Amino acid sequence: MFTLAREPINVSTLSRALHGDQAGAMISFEGWVRNVNDGRAVRLLEYEACESLAVKEGARIIQEAQERFSVIEASCVHRIGLLAIGECAVWVGVTAEHRDAAFAACRYIVDQLKVRLPIWKKEHYADGSVEWVNCQSDEIAEMKCL
Amino acid sequence: MTQASPRQIQIQYFALLREKSGCSGEALATAAPTLRQLYEELKAKYGFPLACERLRVAVNDEFCSWDDSLPDGARVVFIPPVSGG
Repeated sequence: MFTLAREPINVSTLSRALHGDQAGAMISFEGWVRNVNDGRAVRLLEYEACESLAVKEGARIIQEAQERFSVIEASCVHRIGLLAIGECAVWVGVTAEHRDAAFAACRYIVDQLKVRLPIWKKEHYADGSVEWVNCQSDEIAEMKCL
Repeated sequence: MTQASPRQIQIQYFALLREKSGCSGEALATAAPTLRQLYEELKAKYGFPLACERLRVAVNDEFCSWDDSLPDGARVVFIPPVSGG
């Protein structure tokens, strides 16, 4: 299951919901808000999503992980709105009979969601400036490629 | 060459495009034959700083190709480079 959350993610509740007698391994990933990016001090983050599309694409990624790996349950929650330093921005949890499948599926979900979910992160820096990550103008993006 | 007839569509803007356009969405009538052309028109109108090659586009909650045509009543979303996680 994939969901978007406006409120802080309760990791222990999410983990408990994955419990099952068949599961021999549970792997989870937490993406946290850190106080620096590219050498710039970050004060807080803002996440915005195209919600209908994000929920659909998130569910598709989880479905793919279940088809590719021997997974029992897979679940992911992504925060939207304003997040403070240290908050959990994304949580992924996977259960399987054995650890290999759980590790691989968790990694797959995290890697895919970063490149596919229509979610945007705006960094608010300590110096008062802001920036939508990965959305520099074409000219600046080209300069960085040189 | 025949001009495509105007279709009534709905556009949603997110993140940088929402800020540049100054609105989260708009309804408009367009004769643009493809999604690419529609984006180019709006890019010129609002000064979007991103070439369409850096974006993806979705219609009615499904990802589409830039060369797809615009159905009447389409709900169009332009997707700037994503940064979830």
